[in-house]
Amino acid sequence: MRASLIAAAAALALVAGPVLGADKIKIGFVTTLSGPEAVMGNPMRDSADLALDMLGGKIGGVPAEIVYGDDQQKPDVGRQIIEKFLEKDRVDFITGILGSNVLLAIYQPVIKSKTIIISANSGPHQIAGEMCSPYFFSTATQNDEGAEAMGQYMTDAKITDVYAMAPNYAAGKDMIAGFKRNFKGNISAEVYTTFGQHDYQAEISQIRAANPKAVFVFYPGGMGIQFVKQYAEAGLKDKIQLYSIYTADEAAIPALQDAAAGNYTAGNWSADLDTPRSRAYVAAFRKKYGYTPANYGADSFDAIFLIDSAVKAVKGDLADKKALIAAMAKADFPSVRGDLSYNVNHFPIENFYLFKIVKDGESYALKPEHTIFTNYKDSYAKDCKMPAVE
Amino acid sequence: MSSLLVLEQLLNGVQFGIMLFLMAAGLTLVFGIMNLINLAHGSVYMVGAYVCASTFAATGSVVVGIAAAIAASIVIGILVETVVFRALYHREHLDQVLATFGLTLVFNDGVRVVWGSTALYAAVPAFLSGQVAILPGFLYPTYRLAIIVVGLAVGALLSLLIARTRVGMLIRAGASNRVIAAALGVNITLLYTLVFALGAALAALSGLMAGPIFTVESGMGDSILILAFVVIVIGGLGSIRGAFVASLLVGVIDTMGRAFLRSLLALVMAPTVADNAGPALASMLIYLVMAVILFLRPQGLFPARVR
Repeated sequence: MRASLIAAAAALALVAGPVLGADKIKIGFVTTLSGPEAVMGNPMRDSADLALDMLGGKIGGVPAEIVYGDDQQKPDVGRQIIEKFLEKDRVDFITGILGSNVLLAIYQPVIKSKTIIISANSGPHQIAGEMCSPYFFSTATQNDEGAEAMGQYMTDAKITDVYAMAPNYAAGKDMIAGFKRNFKGNISAEVYTTFGQHDYQAEISQIRAANPKAVFVFYPGGMGIQFVKQYAEAGLKDKIQLYSIYTADEAAIPALQDAAAGNYTAGNWSADLDTPRSRAYVAAFRKKYGYTPANYGADSFDAIFLIDSAVKAVKGDLADKKALIAAMAKADFPSVRGDLSYNVNHFPIENFYLFKIVKDGESYALKPEHTIFTNYKDSYAKDCKMPAVE
Repeated sequence: MSSLLVLEQLLNGVQFGIMLFLMAAGLTLVFGIMNLINLAHGSVYMVGAYVCASTFAATGSVVVGIAAAIAASIVIGILVETVVFRALYHREHLDQVLATFGLTLVFNDGVRVVWGSTALYAAVPAFLSGQVAILPGFLYPTYRLAIIVVGLAVGALLSLLIARTRVGMLIRAGASNRVIAAALGVNITLLYTLVFALGAALAALSGLMAGPIFTVESGMGDSILILAFVVIVIGGLGSIRGAFVASLLVGVIDTMGRAFLRSLLALVMAPTVADNAGPALASMLIYLVMAVILFLRPQGLFPARVR
């Protein structure tokens, strides 16, 4: 009887939560690490590891550990990982999150548990607007923003008669909505394809027949690799200019090679962005992993440093959520994009660039051509009535 | 829509159908002759794609890649047949489904162990990239055309093999009455292994050609396996001719649905509704066709002769 009492007490002590002035910080990192979308998830994981390495294994001076979960791009798998993070690992922060479908599925349980969640990629409009929460931060972009930038650029460049395509899911709809917000020219067709589709020959035949002036697409990861490759295979690459977002980027270039050359893309960062912090990050990343990170990686790298800055500011007192959130909202960390600040909805106010994919020695790179937006704020912040932290 | 576009989409459909046919041919042979439901057929397709993509990337020779993939699939086919399937021939279909489903799980995780969990991106061989002018001003990707040519050639060889050769005669004999064929001195065990290896090689051929079009990833065989089952159900279980007709039917209907259904719907309903209903209906189309065909002809279009 006594032995079992002691065992029960010991078990209780084991599951007790983090105490004031945490002696160990755990970060739960969920992203897609298998299948076609792993080309985006892998640099996210590697960048988080690199960031923790550079911090000497400590977050805000406290020894830290990152636990990873592979959501396989499936919302239900993401939910299971989050449950494990919250109940078994008892993580202090959750970050990563590649897919908007996953973020929307895990958002409510995480917010209800009052755990701080930092999206290093996905930014669905609901979370930027009416569903905003003090516990949520983004080090990436609101989904629409890259598309808004591309729409703005194409309007400025007086391009009209555009054929727009995206996969049929949350982020796909956001991207096309974002594109239409700033694009003033004529959209000749708006096509949604099945999420995860890999053979685009039928759709490409339709494009050829429609013969638009330009094509705008959002096909992240594996879908984009197949689309851009097949677009080039069909001989359309040099006939109808392709403009894309989160499609032909550093994650896809190793598979695309010459099929991507000459394409335009828009975004908040590329490995060729010229800031001292970015150059240092890309150099360290290439040295450690032997490949070039894409923006998914850069935003994950920033997420770890954002957490670090906030933990430092509250001197490791993770129990004071109010102070912790206030510290994070200051964005007092060295971002790879230069200085950032946070909008009311906890999405960054940042620049957006037009990149052209050019041959660079043996490989291909996203060269910044033009700054489309300076200190740009997303379109949904006005709908966010940020609740107070209890 | 121009007639050239319809023609191009027709070709796209035929190309997709041909790939389905190579998958379905092996599946329907194994079912027709051995009365075995083989869910692991998709795994051989996947392994074929992986072996070809990785060997091609490593050696730079597509011929070596194809040879390695076919060889690997035949070895796997023979191994799986002798070790696993021989125990299943006399069991119920449910047991066969369970055991072969287990095999797909083993293979799906096996490729992750060997090739990692990140998907591979197979390259199109240089001599097949680019386009061919089929008609003046009508360009078509060379690789897609090559798939059609290879598929038709294999289909012709297969029908010759079954209709005109001694092995084909034995296969037909084994299919119509296993016991009598064995009593007449046909080595049924060997014949089964042979048919199985042939089916595996066809699946690997389909997989290695699919590599550059679909992504080479764990589980890639599962989605096409479902379509291959639709094909053999429509075509009539055990019938190669049925599988051929049904795969072209499924390929063309699926492609046409994806290409034209939305604009057809837009003629009768609001464009925003058509935007949503079009793709949704297009992805259901072949299953609707299957339901209608099964309703009218429960035995499929070309049922194999009754045993």
